[in-house]
Amino acid sequence: MNAPMNSLNHSFNEIDYGTPAMREVSAEVTLMIDGKEVTVPAGTSLMRAAVEAGVMVPKLCATDSLEPFGSCRLCLVEIDGRRGFPASCTTPAENGMTVRTQSPKLADLRRNVMELYISDHPLDCLTCSANGNCELQTMAGVVGLRDVRYGIGDVKAADGGNGGVIGKTHLAEEKDESNPYFTYDPSKCIVCNRCVRACEEQQGTFALTISGRGFESRVSAGQDQPFMESECVSCGACVNACPTATLTEKTIIAKGQAEHAVITTCAYCGVGCGFKAEMKGNEVVRMVPWKDGGANEGHACVKGRFAWGYASHPDRITRPMIRAKITDPWREVSWDEAINHAASELRRIQQKFGQNAIGGLVSSRCTNEEDYLVQKMVRAAFGNNNVDTCARVCHSPTGYGLKQTLGESAGTQTFKSVEKADVIMVIGANPTDGHPVFASRMKRRIREGAKLIVIDPRAIDLVSSPHIKAAHHLKLRPGTNVAVLSALAHVIVTEGLVDEAFVAARCEAKAFDQWREFVARPANSPEALEADSGVPAAEIRAAARLYATAGNGAIYYGLGVTEHSQGSTAVIAIANLAMATGNVGREGVGVNPLRGQNNVQGSCDMGSFPHELPGYRHVSDTITRTLFESHWGVAIQPEPGLRIPNMFEAALDGSFRGLYCQGEDIAQSDPNTQHVTAALLAMECVVVQDLFLNETAKYAHVFLPGSSFLEKDGTFTNAERRISRVRQVMPPLSGKGDWEATMALANAMGYRMHYTHPSQIMDEIARLTPTFAGVSYDKLDRLGSLQWPCNADAPSGTPTMHIDTFVRGKGRFLITQYVPTDEKITRRFPLLLTTGRVLSQYNVGAQTRRTANTEFYAEDVLEIHPHDAEERGIQENDWVGIESRAGQTVLRAMLTERVQPGVVYTTFHFPESGANVITTDNSDWATNCPEYKVTAVQLVRVAQTSQASEWQKEFARFTAEQEHLLTQAHEASLLS
Amino acid sequence: MNAANLIKMANQIGAFFEAMPDHEQAVSDVALHLKNTWDPRMRKILLEDIATQGDSELKPIVREAVALLRAG
Repeated sequence: MNAPMNSLNHSFNEIDYGTPAMREVSAEVTLMIDGKEVTVPAGTSLMRAAVEAGVMVPKLCATDSLEPFGSCRLCLVEIDGRRGFPASCTTPAENGMTVRTQSPKLADLRRNVMELYISDHPLDCLTCSANGNCELQTMAGVVGLRDVRYGIGDVKAADGGNGGVIGKTHLAEEKDESNPYFTYDPSKCIVCNRCVRACEEQQGTFALTISGRGFESRVSAGQDQPFMESECVSCGACVNACPTATLTEKTIIAKGQAEHAVITTCAYCGVGCGFKAEMKGNEVVRMVPWKDGGANEGHACVKGRFAWGYASHPDRITRPMIRAKITDPWREVSWDEAINHAASELRRIQQKFGQNAIGGLVSSRCTNEEDYLVQKMVRAAFGNNNVDTCARVCHSPTGYGLKQTLGESAGTQTFKSVEKADVIMVIGANPTDGHPVFASRMKRRIREGAKLIVIDPRAIDLVSSPHIKAAHHLKLRPGTNVAVLSALAHVIVTEGLVDEAFVAARCEAKAFDQWREFVARPANSPEALEADSGVPAAEIRAAARLYATAGNGAIYYGLGVTEHSQGSTAVIAIANLAMATGNVGREGVGVNPLRGQNNVQGSCDMGSFPHELPGYRHVSDTITRTLFESHWGVAIQPEPGLRIPNMFEAALDGSFRGLYCQGEDIAQSDPNTQHVTAALLAMECVVVQDLFLNETAKYAHVFLPGSSFLEKDGTFTNAERRISRVRQVMPPLSGKGDWEATMALANAMGYRMHYTHPSQIMDEIARLTPTFAGVSYDKLDRLGSLQWPCNADAPSGTPTMHIDTFVRGKGRFLITQYVPTDEKITRRFPLLLTTGRVLSQYNVGAQTRRTANTEFYAEDVLEIHPHDAEERGIQENDWVGIESRAGQTVLRAMLTERVQPGVVYTTFHFPESGANVITTDNSDWATNCPEYKVTAVQLVRVAQTSQASEWQKEFARFTAEQEHLLTQAHEASLLS
Repeated sequence: MNAANLIKMANQIGAFFEAMPDHEQAVSDVALHLKNTWDPRMRKILLEDIATQGDSELKPIVREAVALLRAG
């Protein structure tokens, strides 16, 4: 059962304070409200102060996620010594005030206001989807409305009223049901503006407005368009803010209101939003962003808020399956049979080919506890260090680069820290698509005046969007990050912009002097590197000056930094910039990797890399190894094992024959697909544990059904090192959580594991990992979440790192020589392909493709600059063949100036697109993180009739065959 | 394990460290990186390949680092 939940409010009726809390508390004021004394931070609204005093003032247009608006006139109050009836939401509390929230006059005023609202509102409360959760209905009750003199909707007023009149109404207006997840019913709208303000303030998209004036005023998406045709990004903030049934989740319309709720953590991106899973029994009826979630503070995006239906998709495989060869039909078997088969195969391989001939992959989508168990199983039960994680192919350079410079393999800040940034540098990241909830925070700060520098080959949405304009967009050529970062450093050093006091106090002097001498060289000047990077020197100079002098400078970066042959060098260069300008160790600054998947940080923390035990301690370190050996009761090899790409290589030379792969789809997500599938074909036992028969599973011999985040207990660690609880809201469809399956396999291989709840695994992690020493489920339940390091020195966790001293002591500058990638353009391959993702789809798409998110993005397209398209006779929507040194595929063209001439771009959400058939196995020098972001390619327009590439045709054949083999398993199980 | 790939990877490591002003330290850092992050079978194949095919494909700094590795 769940651990006790001492203080978290899992119910869905949270207190709404009406207006937001003050961000900064400068002074306090004391006042009387309805005879109760209350002390609040200066600037707090009377409405919020009243709630603090236990007094609920009636309200409709106010809610504590939005700035006060003062339009509904329900929250009027009386203040001694003041004339009139000020709105409590817009009136700040002052020292010595005496406030009354109830009086006969106020009651009259409120009833009059409510009477007008109800005169234009349908009276279908009993059958309304908001029934049980309607603020309008509640407020009508609170103000005691009994009679409506103007008629109610289309029902005439009673005789005693106003002579049987009927007012004009909006009741006949039609619903907009275009969005797959929510409806807009204008007949129920009270024009409180909460949705419009949520779209502006919380989300920052400005898709909604009020069109028309007076009685004609209506909420409008875009320019009176259906939601799906507008700029709406379907984040759900408007739906959350709506006090009536006007904007309602379709699941609520279909199923009704929830009867209980459980706080948990989203399993999509590295933001790690807290959600309330609103439930009816074991069924989720909606996911509502958790107001107290440290990462998201009540906001969400289209993925976490709405795209959870994959968890109950009919494609889910819920029974274990085995087969001898991948051309055999699958056979559904019991858990015991599948586990015993996998164990005996893996042991057989080890006996024949050696102890190091098998390995395992840890998932950055699974929980910390599951990750820890997989690496423990590999090291203890397999008896080798051949364990790696999909973080290998995204953020492994972050781990290396930040450890070398700052001393810890993690970002330095909280997300909230961006509220204090004065200049924000976004490098190789596309937050509005990849990390949308953090992007909303960032955009809010930019609207408040922070300056923005974007370093990206593409014009991402942040460069120019409503009320956001980058001061500088350094539109570099793919593969030249290090050149641009060195040039920025050159300007900072040669123009005297170094924070000398910070460097002298906090950093290694000799290393800094060497670095200063290096970056100051003329070869590293913006002018010298302009030819390589394509960025005008003047722009680089201006951006460097802005970053170094505008106050708090915060760097946010993503896979556009790491997924390069110099990924680690670029991370080091970023840390160098932050240290040189003193932008580390307080709020508003820092080095912030935006992690791709929900638990990238956690999987790295948990010792998933072949050379590191939990807590980033090298396997060759005898003290650490001895600690784990004594706890685990086995000997641990002191040499590093194989990384993912090395496993493929070793498979092809026959020294690696068996793989346990949990929650990762290497056949789609890893580069050079044909190399990967050749390696999988060369293995004798591939065990895949996943929700679906993913691309890798089509090459597997054992399939273990995985469980979704809704089905298990555990923790995720997000990009800000925040450990948050994942709570089971429904039993695992397969009968076992992923951690239980791993444990069963370890036991079957003869290594005893006997946990009865994931909290025990966390307790073991805490015992063995100094940065997690103070972490427990009990504390997580009390505090909501914890940012590691969490130990005796920091029992409540560490929001900001490196405050007085770097984790490694003194910060270390490292020289970052720009080395051009081997992926060079030639006459044969004259364009550079770079890859990324879109808002509505997630990674390999296994989850989001099985939701209505496909209505937003149904296929991967190739972005190409109109100039390059014209040269090749390519027009919008043409099928285009893309060829690289690694392979060939065909995609549909989209002409756009978002990409620069010479650069094309695509996503990898759909396996049939084969984006990774094109990418090569070129990789980061330090970590082997693949260079997804730079591939030299050629494009050719292809005829409609023969559009698919050879790979795509073979893929279609192979997929059909594998699906048939799966169907046979189902049919056999029905017969038996 | 494709020896050509290993040589390429070793040279990439060398390219990072060869920019460091302290050459001796840089050589030892290359060797340490190979030791700390490469599975032993990768180092073995690299060393065997050098023994049979020579080290002409290697950057000078990597040659020196390999000598350190061989020395243990």
